[in-house]
Amino acid sequence: MNIYTQTLKRDLRIAIRNRTSILNPLSFFVISVSLFPLAISPEASILSQIAAGIIWVISMLAVLLSLNVLFHHDFENGVLEQMVISHHSLPLLILAKVSAHWILTGIPIIILSPLLGLFLFLDSEGIQILILTLLLSTPSLSLIGAIGASLIVGIKNSGMLLSLLILPLYIPILIFASSAVSQAQFGLEISAQLYFLATILVVSLMTTPFISSLALKISLE
Amino acid sequence: MWKWIQAFASPQNFYQISEKIIPWFLSPFIILTLLGLYWGLMVAPIDYQQGESYRIMFIHVPAAWMSMLVYLIMAIASGIGLIWQIKLANVVAKVSAPIGAAFTFLALITGAVWGKPMWGAWWVWDARLTSELILLFLYLAYMALNNAFDNPKTAAKASSVLAIIGLVNLPIIHYSVQWWNTLHQGVSLGINKVAIQDSDMLFALLLMATAFKFLYATLILLRARDEILFREQNTRWVKAVIMGDEK
Repeated sequence: MNIYTQTLKRDLRIAIRNRTSILNPLSFFVISVSLFPLAISPEASILSQIAAGIIWVISMLAVLLSLNVLFHHDFENGVLEQMVISHHSLPLLILAKVSAHWILTGIPIIILSPLLGLFLFLDSEGIQILILTLLLSTPSLSLIGAIGASLIVGIKNSGMLLSLLILPLYIPILIFASSAVSQAQFGLEISAQLYFLATILVVSLMTTPFISSLALKISLE
Repeated sequence: MWKWIQAFASPQNFYQISEKIIPWFLSPFIILTLLGLYWGLMVAPIDYQQGESYRIMFIHVPAAWMSMLVYLIMAIASGIGLIWQIKLANVVAKVSAPIGAAFTFLALITGAVWGKPMWGAWWVWDARLTSELILLFLYLAYMALNNAFDNPKTAAKASSVLAIIGLVNLPIIHYSVQWWNTLHQGVSLGINKVAIQDSDMLFALLLMATAFKFLYATLILLRARDEILFREQNTRWVKAVIMGDEK
């Protein structure tokens, strides 16, 4: 477990010393969400209906944007290769990196989401459920995204490719999370959606580190 | 059996044997298609609800079936290539992707053409249509990843991982889309709601479905031969084949 905390601390320290890498996805998140009222309509009735969908889609894109560099720097300076050939468990190291990624993008998105919910006239019930779904599912986004990030390590200009690989896999999360928020706005039962999101989280927590490590070994060959 | 598979799976043997098999797939395809089109367009009666326009079903339904079958074959071939390192399996997976994407695209296009007179709209966010669209995205992702690597070996392995993840995800996506759809609107406009009771219609449909399978087999052999020549371009037998053609 020691190597897990060491890797986590290392990634967090690198990120803190290079603040723009943390701030960029977040500014992207806020700016993109605030474009929607301008493009569609400033009407509260319209915006409150589509708020959950907008926030969810944009948070997926923000996560995607930051996933591009998940392994990139470590690959360029050779640390990634050392991780692969070291005697430590590679899935555990990947899990540590993914945890750091979630702390740096997932948590700030969760903290910012109530503010953006207010922007889009989401009621307090909706905002609570939005935070809950983000809390349940942003870790899954980072975990599933890590598979894509490890497949494209070493490919140049891979930003578009990553979105092509990962977005179809995010669709179930998007469906259940945004429907949970909109159902909650009507005061309907949403435990089914939440259970499903929790299932996705548990399954991806158990499987994705191993798939990522396999993919990483393939792309570093 | 195992030895026979390994012998057949060597690129050179495959290249020589496939040349002889292709006509055995191509001619059934032509015969069945002609027969199926005749049966579907001439013999099968007019649908009492949909009139003549239902006849596009004889292309649409087989294409939709193939779109899913080809993905399954692609993922299984990827698995075989990943586990047993059989070159031929990687080739089959790679060349299947564009064929499968084409079948998916054909199913979507014919569906739109059929949907316009029936539902009054080219596109409906129905569960089946949406999952078919996502299937097309998965094919495109596979092809994009496969093309992104310079080294064909790495490309085959990385895209194999993606194909298998996609296969695991397909049912999840399919059911979540279905669930999403029932949340929004109760009515489903799916094809299977139209029960096919007429035996002539069913016969024509089965003819076309079988024809499409032969078409897939033919296409996969043709494309696999090209791919093998390209991959084995530095070997002696390929040089012999090329030089022999030039004579």
